[in-house]
Amino acid sequence: MRPIELLRFATGAIIAHPMRSALTSLGVVIGVAAVVMMTSIGLGAQQRVTSTIAGLGSNLIIVSPGASRAGGGGGGGGFVMGAAGSGQTLTDSDAETIAKQVEGVVAVAPVVRGQVQLIADGANWNTRIEGVTPDYLVARDLTLASGRMFDEREARQGKKAIVIGQTVATELWGDLDPIGRRVRVRGVPFEVIGVLASKGQSSFGQDQDDVVLGPLGAVRSRIVGRRARGTTVQTIYVKAADADSLDRVQEDTTNLLRDLHRIRPGDSDDFQTQNMASILQASQAAVATFTILLAAVAAVSLLVGGVGIMNIMLVAVTERTREIGLRMAVGAKRTDILIQFALESITLSLAGGLIGLTIGVLGAVAIAKLGSWPVAIPAWAGPVSLGFSSLVGLVFGAYPSWRAARLDPIEALRRE
Amino acid sequence: MIEITDLRKLYVMGEEEVAALAGVTLSIGRGENVAVIGPSGSGKSSLMNILGGLDRPSSGAYRFDGEDVGGFTDDELAAFRRQRIGFVFQSFQLLPRLTALQNVELPMIYAGLPPRDRRDRAAALLDRVGLGTRMGHKPTQLSGGQQQRVAIARSLANSPDLLLADEPTGALDTHTGQEVLALFRQLNSEGLTLIIVTHDLDVAAAARRRISFRDGLVVEDEREAAA
Repeated sequence: MRPIELLRFATGAIIAHPMRSALTSLGVVIGVAAVVMMTSIGLGAQQRVTSTIAGLGSNLIIVSPGASRAGGGGGGGGFVMGAAGSGQTLTDSDAETIAKQVEGVVAVAPVVRGQVQLIADGANWNTRIEGVTPDYLVARDLTLASGRMFDEREARQGKKAIVIGQTVATELWGDLDPIGRRVRVRGVPFEVIGVLASKGQSSFGQDQDDVVLGPLGAVRSRIVGRRARGTTVQTIYVKAADADSLDRVQEDTTNLLRDLHRIRPGDSDDFQTQNMASILQASQAAVATFTILLAAVAAVSLLVGGVGIMNIMLVAVTERTREIGLRMAVGAKRTDILIQFALESITLSLAGGLIGLTIGVLGAVAIAKLGSWPVAIPAWAGPVSLGFSSLVGLVFGAYPSWRAARLDPIEALRRE
Repeated sequence: MIEITDLRKLYVMGEEEVAALAGVTLSIGRGENVAVIGPSGSGKSSLMNILGGLDRPSSGAYRFDGEDVGGFTDDELAAFRRQRIGFVFQSFQLLPRLTALQNVELPMIYAGLPPRDRRDRAAALLDRVGLGTRMGHKPTQLSGGQQQRVAIARSLANSPDLLLADEPTGALDTHTGQEVLALFRQLNSEGLTLIIVTHDLDVAAAARRRISFRDGLVVEDEREAAA
């Protein structure tokens, strides 16, 4: 007996009932397609989150006011910027002291934020405004497309100069060069002195070019005054020299701020620090959990598909009892029968897996094309889905095949 | 060729034990043409199942060319059926999905013959039973007599030592039945050992030796005088 002949018997039986075979495989088709699509969506989200966080600036520590909440406050709290900055415990002098005293710091950038209506030359536009110091560009890895950034002196003196994002430039002046033009912010005229290089959309759909940067002092006193009294700031970005010193800089910063805020040993901080590495880890873990959840739901449908195959295989064994008896009478061994039916089940499932993989990949590509949802098809999708569908066929075909092989040839031949 | 000694086959029916074969001793030589006759329930089908290696005796010995078939494993029995026995059934037992040619090829596939060889041999066998022009037909496209001739061609596929036919004319009209019997006679005259199980006395009359069964025992064993 040549193994290839058993495979031919198996495929012959499948082809003999095309409609039934297609319906039998459908469960596996849906299961595999769902697994492939779900993991592609999950992986896509993970990659986008990673690139977004990396885009915030490398080797960055984010210091926010307010005590960190237990549990969920970690990565998520700092990631949704501003939400954690409800307290008002951080000040300009904190930032200055960090810059002076913590070793291995490249840039320290205190920030206040607000939402404003810009009016210029008849056009108006609602956008985010950030009050910053020149170091902000270094901390966030931002560059200018044209013009210049205000310097330290201008910032301190409260010069009314702003640097705008590409979106703001386009919305207010179209294709015209915005440098030197005036814009009214809450009634206060500012001069545009620079335009930021475009960063595009973040993965959460936020337009990163829809922002204006103004000098910290001026923005705080004139624009977000109600929310940021005195010299308080909402966030301090601390950029470490390299990734290796990130943890130490975070620790030194924390200790320094505890001293500055006169927090006694044992009391909890009135601020929180997060470094990009830990935020990245936390958000990747969250996305991974999400992906596993999706894949698990999809895997259940794969199991249901397997049960469908088992059901039809049991029907096939009953239906073909006489055939099995005849095969035994002309000399088939029990293992020949066993393998023939197992191969039939595996082929059904594997064919379903192949079709499901195709649909899953096409579906993932379609989601990437049509929706704005990020999609990345994992390299292992092919081998794993085909391997799994073979396994489903093997596992759920095992019992029907065993039943077929155990038949008594005399009884089987007598069956109508 | 066949030596059976005090062969018994017991079935448990409910709480009762029924003896389908109650101690049969027989010997059948190579090239014989034997009819096994008897009413239903007489044990003739049980005997055929054991002789064909489809079933095992409860006790007693079955030797085929000196080999102890009664002690064979499942796989050895499968090989025995494949190489030494050809079965012809009352209901033909052709696989409906396959053509006549493919049906005849089936035993040779299990014997491991290469595709070209078994196709050639299957074609030659179908030619031999007079169906050379019907090789591509499915069983449903053939008459009963033609189907039984395909089944006979299949039984000859692996050149068996013994042809076992269970009521081979039972599903055929008299005329086609006679044709099938003529084919059997011809095969026997070429040296093939033939055992036909039947309750049709006309069929039995065509055999050289008639063994009658009743209640699991041989009650008569008559041979035609050598012509």
